[in-house]
Amino acid sequence: MSAISATRQSGGMHGWKVVLALVWAAAFAAGTYGLVQRFTLGHEIANYGSYVPWGLWVAMYIYFIGLSAGAFLLSSLIYVGGVQRLERIGKLALFTAFITLVSGLLTIWLDLGHQERFWEVYTRPNPFSMMAWMVWLYTAYFILVLVEMWFAIRADLVTWRSHRGLAGLLARLLSFGNYDSSTVARDRDRKVLKLLGTLGIPLAIAFHGGVGALFGVIGARPYWNSPLYPILFLVSALASGGALLTFVVAALWPSRRSAEFRNLVSLLGRITLALLALDLLFEWAEISINLYASIPAAAGAYREMLFGSNWWVFWLVHLAVGSLVPILLLVFRSRSVGSVGLAGFLMAVTFLAVRIDIVVPGQVIPEIRGLEAAYQEAGLSFQYIPSSGEWLVGLFVVSMAILLFTIGYSNLPLVSKTDEEA
Amino acid sequence: MTTDNQPSPASAPEEEVPAGERRSFLKWLGLAAAAAVGGAASRTVAAEAAGSRQSTTASQSAPGAGSSPPVPSAPSSPDFENLLLRMQNGLQRALAKPVDQRRWVMVIDLRKCVGCSSCTVACKAENQLPPGVVYRPVIEEEIGSYPNVSRRFTPRPCMQCDNPPCTQVCPVGATYKRPDGMVEIDYDICIGCRYCITACPYSARTFDSGFYYTKSTPAQQPYEKQANFEYGKRWDRAKGSPVGNVRKCTFCLHRLDAGMLPACTTTCIGGATYFGDANLPDSLVSELIASPNVMRLKEELGTNPRVYYLV
Repeated sequence: MSAISATRQSGGMHGWKVVLALVWAAAFAAGTYGLVQRFTLGHEIANYGSYVPWGLWVAMYIYFIGLSAGAFLLSSLIYVGGVQRLERIGKLALFTAFITLVSGLLTIWLDLGHQERFWEVYTRPNPFSMMAWMVWLYTAYFILVLVEMWFAIRADLVTWRSHRGLAGLLARLLSFGNYDSSTVARDRDRKVLKLLGTLGIPLAIAFHGGVGALFGVIGARPYWNSPLYPILFLVSALASGGALLTFVVAALWPSRRSAEFRNLVSLLGRITLALLALDLLFEWAEISINLYASIPAAAGAYREMLFGSNWWVFWLVHLAVGSLVPILLLVFRSRSVGSVGLAGFLMAVTFLAVRIDIVVPGQVIPEIRGLEAAYQEAGLSFQYIPSSGEWLVGLFVVSMAILLFTIGYSNLPLVSKTDEEA
Repeated sequence: MTTDNQPSPASAPEEEVPAGERRSFLKWLGLAAAAAVGGAASRTVAAEAAGSRQSTTASQSAPGAGSSPPVPSAPSSPDFENLLLRMQNGLQRALAKPVDQRRWVMVIDLRKCVGCSSCTVACKAENQLPPGVVYRPVIEEEIGSYPNVSRRFTPRPCMQCDNPPCTQVCPVGATYKRPDGMVEIDYDICIGCRYCITACPYSARTFDSGFYYTKSTPAQQPYEKQANFEYGKRWDRAKGSPVGNVRKCTFCLHRLDAGMLPACTTTCIGGATYFGDANLPDSLVSELIASPNVMRLKEELGTNPRVYYLV
């Protein structure tokens, strides 16, 4: 009886997988078309220009980077803080941080005017530029995540190397000939992980706080010029990263029936809820203070965000779908894995709206009154809505991230052996 | 005619010509010019001729009163000199100095600006600017409500700030303050991240997205593919930079180096734009920015712009 239902269930799962694969393939094809356009037509496909120089791709960049920093900080909580109830998802958290980091870097590279010159940030950095600092810090972070991930999966690679196909090949390649799976070696791994995780905490804080500072230091844009920004970025990174991790664990964890799994998801849900509440508090501080003070450059941008032509990005996408629904799900259905996972999914996806509402409103108020009408032509507009080309390139990055994640998830030892067998 | 290098003491008392006498002065000016050509043909510098002639006529006419009609003098006055020539001369003197001793400033007289946008167009042509890139838009404001309205036109070039917020943010140091105070962008280094655009409080920086005006027309015009010479180098847009770069007003550095005034300055139909070296105490711009009716945009930010407005 149970065998029959299990078969039926896996048949249903299979149907879902086909649908998802088809959706993914369509997104990837459309995204690739956008990417080709990006390389053949350059920035002509984009709606950002001289007056709104940063658009969807910059918003997506800070979105991905936020997810990465959030997922990483949670993984550090596990390896450094020794939160044992979460220990099992450590590797998955690290891998999520890695994939979202790569996606963020890919997006911002595609945004550059001269992609072939990106290496200049390494060869001739300007130490007074927050952007140079950010690049250096996330390079260090990138290396740290890679090394930490290796130590986290190293022992499992030893057993995985006998697997067939890609998984075995990857295991053999990535183990670099290190096949020591003794207890001593595992203990050493754990110590290294703790050390790297400890190093990673200040690094992730500096690096993502730095992204917030990148906006915060711009005195010309009172909307961004807030000392709260680096901290707001950290809180929102934790909230969005936690949400993504909750969704990933709820959706993909192999041992779905164990009470431990339910407890794990429930705990992740509660952490995410707390972080979301904190993030909303920070948002309230920014919005209320600036609106009350009514200094045009800042208050005008907030008014534009709340009541301008793209008001729905804040109210509907971020507040209703991305905050209210998840809060209701996390409060009233915290024991349901499906509900918590859905809450994580909604929050993680709609957080792009928060990022768009950071990047865009800061640029739509003309810095000198009347400039918007002074000389009008393509590229000189204070109105900004991402073009289809920008969306397609964004779609490419997202589908690429999903592909990489899927390959890694199925071919790397990211979940513990015991969980798979259960 | 006074030039920057000839602040002749003899001409000083003559400078105060009451406005009512201008018409008669204009009449005399023609005669004086003829006299100058005839009497001082051997002189090569007109200003010197004017200066010395004035002193001689003054000494001659006093004792000989009544005997013969006085020979009209050619009073020289700042009101009537060719300001473009004066600025041009100042330019030559500034260029003779070491580069770090020059202090280029621009002065825009808002009372004289009629909002014709000639400067904007001249700049577009001079620098081969594509769609989406404009160095000097003219902002139009209507003040008051109908029928009691006035209009104000504010051309907005790059302010070449002495404390520029845009240079420090550049991750690769591609934009910096030159010894003569100009804020330069090195098109060969700029990675096109556009961070500096967000940092400029005047929206003076623009992004070259690679557009052409005539690209989608039946025939893309060859003139649009011609190179420009910003910062004294040849830039071929068809081959790359400055496409993908951030671009802004350079005060026409390439023209300055050739001894020419910026395109906006020579094109201004009302003579509302002045340009020169503020480190020359007797230059036109030095005189103008010493007046009390001078203001700069967003002074409160502490950017210390080098573009002054007369109001």
